[in-house]
Amino acid sequence: MSTLEPGLGTDPTVADPATPDPYAASSRETTEGTVYTVTGGDWDELLSETTGDERIVINMGPQHPSTHGVLRLVLEIAGETVTDCRLVIGYLHTGIEKNCEYRTWTQGVTFVTRCDYLAPLFTETAYCMSTERLLGIEVPTRAQVIRVLLMEINRIGSHLVALATGGMELGALTGMTNGFREREEVLHLLEFLTGLRMNHAFIRPGGVVQDLPEGAEKRILEFCDVMDGRLPGFHQLLTGNAIWQQRLVGIGYLPLDGCLSLGVTGPILRSAGLAWDLRKIDPYLGYDQYEFEVPTDNAADSFARYKLRVEEMHQSLRIIRQCVEALEPGPVMVEDAKIAWPAKLSIGADGMGNSLEHVRKIMGQSMESLIHHFKLVTEGFKVPPGQAYVPIESPRGELGAHLVSDGGTRPLRVHLRDPSFVNLQAAPAMCEGGMVSDVIAALASLDPVMGGCDR
Amino acid sequence: MGLEEKLPNGILLATVEGMVNWTRKASLWPATFGLACCAIEMMTSGAPRYDLGRFGMEVFRPSPRQADLMIVAGRVTNKMAPVLRQIYDQMAEPRWVLAMGVCASSGGMFNNYAVVQGVDHVVPVDMYLPGCPPRPEMLIDAILKLHQKIQHEPLGPVRAELAAERRAQGEKLELLPSSVKYGREK
Repeated sequence: MSTLEPGLGTDPTVADPATPDPYAASSRETTEGTVYTVTGGDWDELLSETTGDERIVINMGPQHPSTHGVLRLVLEIAGETVTDCRLVIGYLHTGIEKNCEYRTWTQGVTFVTRCDYLAPLFTETAYCMSTERLLGIEVPTRAQVIRVLLMEINRIGSHLVALATGGMELGALTGMTNGFREREEVLHLLEFLTGLRMNHAFIRPGGVVQDLPEGAEKRILEFCDVMDGRLPGFHQLLTGNAIWQQRLVGIGYLPLDGCLSLGVTGPILRSAGLAWDLRKIDPYLGYDQYEFEVPTDNAADSFARYKLRVEEMHQSLRIIRQCVEALEPGPVMVEDAKIAWPAKLSIGADGMGNSLEHVRKIMGQSMESLIHHFKLVTEGFKVPPGQAYVPIESPRGELGAHLVSDGGTRPLRVHLRDPSFVNLQAAPAMCEGGMVSDVIAALASLDPVMGGCDR
Repeated sequence: MGLEEKLPNGILLATVEGMVNWTRKASLWPATFGLACCAIEMMTSGAPRYDLGRFGMEVFRPSPRQADLMIVAGRVTNKMAPVLRQIYDQMAEPRWVLAMGVCASSGGMFNNYAVVQGVDHVVPVDMYLPGCPPRPEMLIDAILKLHQKIQHEPLGPVRAELAAERRAQGEKLELLPSSVKYGREK
């Protein structure tokens, strides 16, 4: 009975002493004394091994549900107080800017839209406006209105995720479920207008890829009415909530001089009292024709930023309604056939594709059209040499696209000034001296999107 | 005909294998491994409209120790790959991996120096889900297909042999369990 086959005599659940556990506590000697590395196990047991007072360094992330994505925080703590906070980024560095250098100017849109995945239409717009400045072209009015319209719808969606994930990180899970329920309305509308829920690549150099579908105005106004009814829910659920206030009021304080010296923009800067909004300061795409306010606050804390985001959504709804009124029939792409995408899209029996009319023309009637189509699609258009930087106001702050062209059909360099990246450097100023739990609240109010930060 | 007809009310017969696999698939707790765009769609799947709670999955576990399924949602970079592997190693067996989106499945459009060309270079993957990002419905569909695979997973070597015999005799499963398809122990 006791004869076991060779190799079956050992219990696999008991660790082999010859192979040490890679995640066990370890220690090493440094010039500052012994450094212990703990990744699990019994805390009391470890403490009994150490002597004297010690500094504790905690690693938070990059895989942590409360750090707003793949952000890694290295916190040095004394008791519950954070004495030093360092950020480690780059866990989502995708090489988007580099990839753009190997694609045509139009194809670049599909890459930059995946940077800040909560505000894809903003990155597209900044990139396209920068390209258009290099080309020296003016976008038709209808395309401008459509861009503003889409961006403001997108802003609502982005702020809703900021509230939702912020709520989730602070344990207010109802805030999360409500935020995502509302965001679904935004995504359904965007899907109807652009064809995709996220990563639209709808805005292209020279205009937008196609006109709005039939019945768009009606759907947009219905959406505005729904959101008008839903947004006050956040005030009922969170604003007056005693726990929500205790977690946020006075937390993540960053006054105006701190914001300015760190280059912080967006709701964080406005929460410190400066009404800095590029839509007002440096209007683009005809933003000066719309009536809206730039809400500000003087508290400079997480609670003020939360309130500003809710208020900004109301202002976006105002702009969207004005956009619907401003929509007038007209082209949505520049007339210049050397730049405008040659094909017109239409829905056929097998889904979306080139319109049959266009296919008939290039395949049967005009050889020149076929050559033109082929050249523009495969090679792309040439952009005069030079560089351009166009900033726009994204939900998180100043989002700029700096493009350099050497005169070819591909960019020489694409750089995005992403507000998540710049705003994140304010995190230590907000967190140090506070409690560990306040780090979460401060980061949630920063609302960084690591896709945009790391690119 | 058989034993079933002689049983009193309220008793149901099942194989141990069927029972174990049923419990495993019916409360598959996902680990949150949100990385990029897909993570937002993954969170949307858990939110009210799509409501993964219908499939016993609403508890997204931040701790890998309490999770059975790792949904790798987004592009895995070279810097993130060791972290991903460590999280996977910390998960208790049996465990499953779902590569959500084209970036996790194959690197997708980012064929460059930064992105791991498919998360199966780092961890074994049970289910690939294309899309950029996949809609929440697609994620739910992938999870339900994974449920099918888990349900057919043979329990132990004897059952595996029997299942192999049945397959040799022509039994067709809609989805082969990972132990058969990828030769992986579960």
